[in-house]
Amino acid sequence: MYRYDEYDRTLVRERAAQLRGQIARRVSGELTEDEFKPLRLQNGLYLQLHAYMLRIAIPYGMLASTQLRKLAHIARTYDRGYGHFTTRQNIQFNWPELEDVPNILDELADVEMHAIQTSGNCIRNITTDHLAGVARDELEDPRPFCEITRQWSTFHPEFAFLPRKFKIAFTAGREVDRAAMLYHDIGVRIVENAAGERGFSIYAGGGMGRTPVIAKEIREFVPREHLLSYMEAILRVYNRLGRRDNIFKARIKILVNETGIERFREMVEAEWQETRESTLRLAEGEIQEMAKFFAPPSYESLSPSDALLAELRRSPNADFARWARNNVVLHKQPGYSVAMLSLKASDTPPGDLSDSQMDAVADLADRYSFGELRVTHTQNLVLADVKTTELEKLWHELRALDLATANVGRLTDQICCPGLDFCNLANARSIPIAEEIRHRFDDLDYLDDLGDVSLKISGCINACGHHHVGNIGILGIDKRGIEHYQLLVGGSSGYDASIGKILGHAFPREEIVGAVEKVLKLYVRLRESEDEPFLDTFRRVGEKPFRDTLYSNELYADHPQS
Amino acid sequence: MRIIRNRKIVEDGWIHVADDAEVPADGDVIVSWKRWRESREALLARSGSGSARLGVRLPNTLDPHEVQADLPHFALIAVEFPKYRDGRGLSIARMVRREGFRGELRAVGNVLRDQLFYMERCGFDAFEVDKSKSIENALEAFSELSVTYQDAIQPRSVPRQHRWRRS
Ligand code: SF4
Repeated sequence: MYRYDEYDRTLVRERAAQLRGQIARRVSGELTEDEFKPLRLQNGLYLQLHAYMLRIAIPYGMLASTQLRKLAHIARTYDRGYGHFTTRQNIQFNWPELEDVPNILDELADVEMHAIQTSGNCIRNITTDHLAGVARDELEDPRPFCEITRQWSTFHPEFAFLPRKFKIAFTAGREVDRAAMLYHDIGVRIVENAAGERGFSIYAGGGMGRTPVIAKEIREFVPREHLLSYMEAILRVYNRLGRRDNIFKARIKILVNETGIERFREMVEAEWQETRESTLRLAEGEIQEMAKFFAPPSYESLSPSDALLAELRRSPNADFARWARNNVVLHKQPGYSVAMLSLKASDTPPGDLSDSQMDAVADLADRYSFGELRVTHTQNLVLADVKTTELEKLWHELRALDLATANVGRLTDQICCPGLDFCNLANARSIPIAEEIRHRFDDLDYLDDLGDVSLKISGCINACGHHHVGNIGILGIDKRGIEHYQLLVGGSSGYDASIGKILGHAFPREEIVGAVEKVLKLYVRLRESEDEPFLDTFRRVGEKPFRDTLYSNELYADHPQS
Repeated sequence: MRIIRNRKIVEDGWIHVADDAEVPADGDVIVSWKRWRESREALLARSGSGSARLGVRLPNTLDPHEVQADLPHFALIAVEFPKYRDGRGLSIARMVRREGFRGELRAVGNVLRDQLFYMERCGFDAFEVDKSKSIENALEAFSELSVTYQDAIQPRSVPRQHRWRRS
């Protein structure tokens, strides 16, 4: 992975010192809270319902074992013994004291970490495929471009005060988009054109939030050397013309929709003509230099292990076999496999990990996977380079840590925002819903029978839990002071992106999980075969049967949106 | 009025002329973009004579392309920051510099210390720091971060530095 040199270290240290000064100026009153707010936000410091929350950047989800140990130490020393991995592959701590924050940042700097631009109206942490560099369907490792983009966007002087936050994701899968690229302000897909040259398809104006929008293609092919100039052109048009009069209309998706993609594209292209030959142009040698940081680890030369993995998946040890089926992914390197650690196991909120678990996982990364791990945008962890022959041993160790739940991709591998338990914007609790779902659907055979179904829960329309793009989505609303939940069906965050549909009125707290169950039962009845996934069935049969099963006793047409 | 120019606090000789005030015959003046559009000939005739240089104040909603043809007439361009967290002026600065403007580029309005570093890197070299704040303290903004990743316009003394450009 990328390693800092003196230059990077200086930058991170100086920013930590700068924030220390800004906090002191806030305390002395030299800065008003209004003036301080964007400064702390640009360094990941939020004011939450009960306390400050500090969000730490994990660039494109890559984490070294030494860094995870440091996070464990921070959880133990400055927080309540756990951290929470987010849907942007970051980690956040919910209980730090304001005066501890500069010290936390200094500690982070010791292990090449920081909280720069993890919030605020600037370019946020760059995200990508958690299988980058190991996926079989990958065209090219996107991480060198992620790192180049990270550096370019860090303290970019022109884009520090955008109309609103700005998220960029990269993907390179030939078949599968594992980064929800089409729901980003800019989505970049590595592609090959007809002449066999590598470049990027660039999409703009996607996003979730109150108004979910699927990004539109702005240019089918941008040559490799023009990645930064093209993105800069998009950002410059957005910075000048994005709306600043209404926070709910300030994202680039609104600008693209209001301007129309054709006109928006014209403006971007005109701007790009001015800058494409500037110093932003990437030389192939520079790309290759960066790619060295992401060279494969020193794999042993082993024989292919697909047959072995198939055997493990039928192992007489049924629990292990299930884990090998659900949580292990084929690796492109012969003899190796990718192991996914589910953070949706015990009775803790999805994405939470305790300090002792962090330490233990760091050790596992050292012993099984070259000292590195990854965070997925579905809030799980990945040991990307495990010898297939060692999977069973690893599984035993994970089980002892309560990290071997074999539910990756399954219904209970849910995404869930903090909701009313932590968030001051929430309308309803979301964590207890996730908990109830975990209990109601604890039969692993049934979950396997359902196959891959994504379930996503948000506590309000800001959609941090990405409910719009879950195959099944749950949205908390406030109905005359009482928590209610809307059910959405049919969302997808892949290359075939679609936004889930609300099929009728919202359900009270006691009924929402039952409604999910009804939807699943109907799917099992309607699917053509056990191999037809939930989403395919829904797309084939349409929403009517689902609406009928949910609202059969009612005239649902009377309250379509309430 | 004291302002920051090229990282130093200086007494400023330029006069901001309100739209309803008369333009003095002598001295360096800054007029609004609107006034420039309306009284172009008169302002040009005036600035032709000796020590009466002309500056213009741009609203941050202006498309910088509209200013392009007029750039040679201005010794100073001021860009308005109605709110410190409104970053439109930063793009305007970069575009104006890109068009080759070499005169003074001044940030005016709600200009605060913690934005100066970014502003300077976008091409501003003069700052009317908000009157409610200490201008001496604001000077510290330029030395807080000694390294940067991306290419920018100012200060010209720092070599252009793309961090990914390792040799
Ligand atoms: S979706 Fe709403 S409740 Fe959940 S974290 Fe976001 S703002 Fe808070």
